[in-house]
Amino acid sequence: MFLTYLRRELRRRRKAALVVALGLALGIGLVITVSSVAAGMRDAQDEVLHSLYGVGTDLTVSKEADESDGGPQSFRIGPGKDGEDATKTDDRLMPLGGFQHLDDSVVGEVEAQDGVDTAVGALALNDIEFKGDFQQGKIEGGATGQAVPGQGGGGGGGGGPRIEGGGADIDVDSFTVTGLDVTQQDVGPLSSSKISDGEAFGTGDTDALKAVVDSAYAKDEGLKVGDDVTIKGKKFEVVGIATADTGAATANVYIPLERAQQLSDADLQDKVSTIYVKADSSEDIPAVKDAIDENVAGASVTSASDLAEQVSGNLSTASNLATNIGKWLSVVVLVAAFLLAGLLTMSAVGRRVREFGTLKALGWRSGRVVRQVMGEAFVNGILGGVLGIALGVAGAYLVTTVAPTLDASVGPGSDMPEGAVMRGPKEMVDAANSTVEVALQAPVTLSVIALAVALAVAGGLIAGLFGGWRAARLRPADALRRVE
Amino acid sequence: MYQLTGVTKRYQRGKEAIDALAGVDLTIADGDQLVVRGPTGGGKSTLLQLLGGLDRATSGTVSLDGTDLGGLSEAALTRVRAATIGFVFQSFNLIPTLSAQENVETALVPLGVKATERAKRAAEALESVGLAERLTHLPGELSGGQQQRVAIARALVKQPKVLLADEPTGNLDEDTRDDIVALLEGLWKELGLTYVLVTHDSSIARRAPRLAVIKKGRLKVTEREKAA
Repeated sequence: MFLTYLRRELRRRRKAALVVALGLALGIGLVITVSSVAAGMRDAQDEVLHSLYGVGTDLTVSKEADESDGGPQSFRIGPGKDGEDATKTDDRLMPLGGFQHLDDSVVGEVEAQDGVDTAVGALALNDIEFKGDFQQGKIEGGATGQAVPGQGGGGGGGGGPRIEGGGADIDVDSFTVTGLDVTQQDVGPLSSSKISDGEAFGTGDTDALKAVVDSAYAKDEGLKVGDDVTIKGKKFEVVGIATADTGAATANVYIPLERAQQLSDADLQDKVSTIYVKADSSEDIPAVKDAIDENVAGASVTSASDLAEQVSGNLSTASNLATNIGKWLSVVVLVAAFLLAGLLTMSAVGRRVREFGTLKALGWRSGRVVRQVMGEAFVNGILGGVLGIALGVAGAYLVTTVAPTLDASVGPGSDMPEGAVMRGPKEMVDAANSTVEVALQAPVTLSVIALAVALAVAGGLIAGLFGGWRAARLRPADALRRVE
Repeated sequence: MYQLTGVTKRYQRGKEAIDALAGVDLTIADGDQLVVRGPTGGGKSTLLQLLGGLDRATSGTVSLDGTDLGGLSEAALTRVRAATIGFVFQSFNLIPTLSAQENVETALVPLGVKATERAKRAAEALESVGLAERLTHLPGELSGGQQQRVAIARALVKQPKVLLADEPTGNLDEDTRDDIVALLEGLWKELGLTYVLVTHDSSIARRAPRLAVIKKGRLKVTEREKAA
């Protein structure tokens, strides 16, 4: 009887049932869309972090620079000693400024901490090549033909001899180089890239003159596998082209760590700039971070969540919108939908006073009447849930189809808190490209569907409680008297 | 047997108190028929609701077979209604979405009768009121007289001890009215029910063996002849 009565009532009150279901559907659909977009934002942020950080890397360890580090770097290039016109070059492989370097031994110390699975060191460098064509200046108005090395441009004043002509055209070519541990490539700067052509380093290539080049840089420079790239005067054979999973790569050129340490103009033998750490499990990350902070002197540890807080750009803005406004909008719409469903169910019970009064007169217990009302409301809730899931999935599909591009930045342009210092990968990000673009997806996960079903059930039950409460309070005599 | 002693039912309408029943004493023996007549607002329906355990007296006692209905819990009163009392209403009060057979079955649901047994007994009850061909019809597909027959079948399917009918012919034309009155009287005689009929209809009242007239909450019973 319960199911027959339920089915007939829902069929009879199709429009009312549809209004209740649509109200719930709107709320549930919005929750699904917002949840999916928020999940997409999180995925996008993860993607950004992975591209900046390296898949498989949970923490980075670096050492903040003190005031004595860095400072302007000097280059000396000029014409030949004999004063003739000449083309001169100066190729420097300099550490990226802003950080002290860590001894190789710290990598071992970090790896020895509880909860650490792998720790590898990397050295971030910048290859800067200055190339100048120098021309001699001429002294006019005095001893003719006397060359003045190193001076060009304007002449002297007054009636004395003056310098005419001369000067230099200087080209500056720079690219970033990262030395990495070729024996552990699943963690570290190259782990967020895939080898799209050629091959990766072999584990025996510790001091090989081999290089892996980022695909974007290779395209710009016309490099391909088998070509050479010159770093500090040394030719490295390009053995592989690496394509970053998303956005920008960590560096333009990757070479074995030992080679990078040897070639650096600074004394960086046995030094690394960043240690990449993979924890045993994600649950261990906070403890590992604390352990390294405590046990490794002078180390600054950055986790993905630290980095996430320093990601800015419209991805960050959109994420905040989805998290804050989206969440509250969903809550408001959902509460309104629940209330609407409850009031409509109460109103429906009000229109069926005689019916329920009659049933009570026939000996139906209040509980049975309430169960009937709640059953109807529950089915309305489920119907609303189904429609809501359809609406929500459609909304998420629309977002995924349109796939708006969001950018995320870490670095000078980011909204870093005052006094905060971006450590670890920042040096590499700055060197390559600190802005990463990702297309927003809105994945509808099983947990989101489960949430929708739970909301539908809750909505139905809340509506049923409203209606049931009213039905339970009906006294048969009042119900029958009211319609006489 | 019903025994009403000093029954008063007072309604509060704003600051005004209205006594729908004022000190009513009444005895209805098992198998008796009582026709209650009186003007609108005189307290007829109130009396029927107290007899049916749908409402409670403000003072006095309404006892059925020695049980004070006013002293029962809501659940116990519901059980009495479910098992002992059949109701027929002026507006039929059928569930519009259920078929004639399903409407009759609703009276058996609170008694815990199984579905197949319910269907069988409902069909028999409808057959007894001449609606064997209308089992699957919805109330909207039946005439007023047929709907009232369904309501009578619903009242009787559980084999109650008491049948309470509140203006059962009030919404029917004259011919149909006579059919329904004849049907109810026939069932009363056949089943040996205690039968209380509330009506405005003087022609029905004239035929009643025992007539109670109620005015301004006061009841006056006239014995015309002994019930059959």
